Amino acid sequence: MKKDKPDRRSTRRGAHTGLILLPFTVSLAILVWYLVVWLGELQPFILPTPGLVMQRFLQVLGNGTLLRHFWVTLGEVLAGLALGALAAIVTGYPLAKSRRLERLLAPYIVASQSVPVVAIAPLLVIWFGPGLLSKVLICSLIVFFPILINTVVGVRAVPEDLHDLMRSLKASRWQIFSLLEVPAAMPVLLGGLRIGATLAVIGAVVGEFVGSDRGLGFLINVGRGQYDVALVFVAVFSLVFMALVLYGLVLLAERRLLAWQQRPKDELI
Amino acid sequence: MSHKLASSYLIVEDLSASFANGNGGLNVLDRISFTVEEAEFVCLLGPSGSGKSTLLRILAGLLEYQSGQVLLEGRSLRGPRAGVGIVFQKSNLMPWRTVRENIQLPLELQKELDNRSQADVQELIELVGLDGFEDTLPRDLSGGMAQRVAIARALVHDPGLLLLDEPFGALDALTRERMASELLRIWNARQKTVFMVTHDISEAVYLADRVLAFSDRPARITLDLAINLPRPRLPEMRYTPGFGMMAQQLRAALQS
Repeated sequence: MKKDKPDRRSTRRGAHTGLILLPFTVSLAILVWYLVVWLGELQPFILPTPGLVMQRFLQVLGNGTLLRHFWVTLGEVLAGLALGALAAIVTGYPLAKSRRLERLLAPYIVASQSVPVVAIAPLLVIWFGPGLLSKVLICSLIVFFPILINTVVGVRAVPEDLHDLMRSLKASRWQIFSLLEVPAAMPVLLGGLRIGATLAVIGAVVGEFVGSDRGLGFLINVGRGQYDVALVFVAVFSLVFMALVLYGLVLLAERRLLAWQQRPKDELI
Repeated sequence: MSHKLASSYLIVEDLSASFANGNGGLNVLDRISFTVEEAEFVCLLGPSGSGKSTLLRILAGLLEYQSGQVLLEGRSLRGPRAGVGIVFQKSNLMPWRTVRENIQLPLELQKELDNRSQADVQELIELVGLDGFEDTLPRDLSGGMAQRVAIARALVHDPGLLLLDEPFGALDALTRERMASELLRIWNARQKTVFMVTHDISEAVYLADRVLAFSDRPARITLDLAINLPRPRLPEMRYTPGFGMMAQQLRAALQS
């Protein structure tokens, strides 16, 4: 544990310089953006200036449009993430414990991953309507696989020696599950949840593109149809913001639940 | 004869074990027989890969055996028993539990964690010399300290039999000798029957009342040597002629 210290310190310094530099990098990006617009003499319906996007942002924020669509998408994302994660964990645990079940189901699960969600999203909208349900299902489909894989890997990675210990102490199946497997698999599982959180946002937007009358994906469609590129940018940035917040929340949960791990406090990925 | 056997604490009779592998079976234990009396400290000495750990895992109830019988306190051993504590070669602590929580685990599993047993836990923490480290996580413990936690955890549910599988195998030589003395001190305080597996001849002679020597696979017992050194054992005894003689005898038995 002592030999890790220099590493941790250098990581911390790295993150700090990153944070200090953040305003500069953002300013630089905005400057480049302006330069591209001016030097290319681009029309606002091709690429609006950052100023125009900001103006549009304040406008839709002020009249409540942005938040209304934001909440819709967030609801789809959260419900989809919860449903997908639950299904993945419930499927993944027995899959990790039983070779036979794995051999039986693995081909279908892996094959199902080669079907692009974008391709079956229209089907889901046809079957379940243009409302909340189809979006939630698309989200959960997209987060299912990574969380499933992480559940299986996490449960399999529980040290055999600790299983021996629990067996020698005559632990019940429930005790082995709750006192050993859950905490031991938690780091890998939460890693999967982090990936899932960002993927769920993609799922919601895909669903809204296909058929919807609300949500940030719908807003992007509206903006595109009206050559209101500034609005498209506002929606895109809102989606990025949403994904970042979700990612951060999972990271925060990891810090809480995995405080026993030797990990630098400022680790972001 | 059979009456005397029946009164022993642990009886192993004609025990054979083999594992299925690619080409037929791998014989690991070949008709092993020995007994251990109550409160006796017995060391099992053998070359690595000789099936010592297999025997210990059978005694722990973690491994099935094909033939022969194992009687613990007069009852045939099939599967793990509550009255047995085990220390593995690795400390095997749960990294998310503090020292105290790791030690309490057996009590928690048997739903015996109450105020009285918590006082026992504290006493045990002091016995193994970990007071002040109760709330430390395993990541911040040295190898020797982690193994102390493992010993305390093996003792916390007050088992009659303590099984030790090369408990100091992963420690450096100095820590190893110090831990051996500590183990004797703890054994004195708690008077358990101890069955310990090791490959270190001098450690076995220093600790045990009796040392069993294992041959190479398939393992047979080649020597059952009573160690008649006085107790308490002192580190200086390692350098006496009597100690050296017994070590010599065991070395010869291991090579036969």
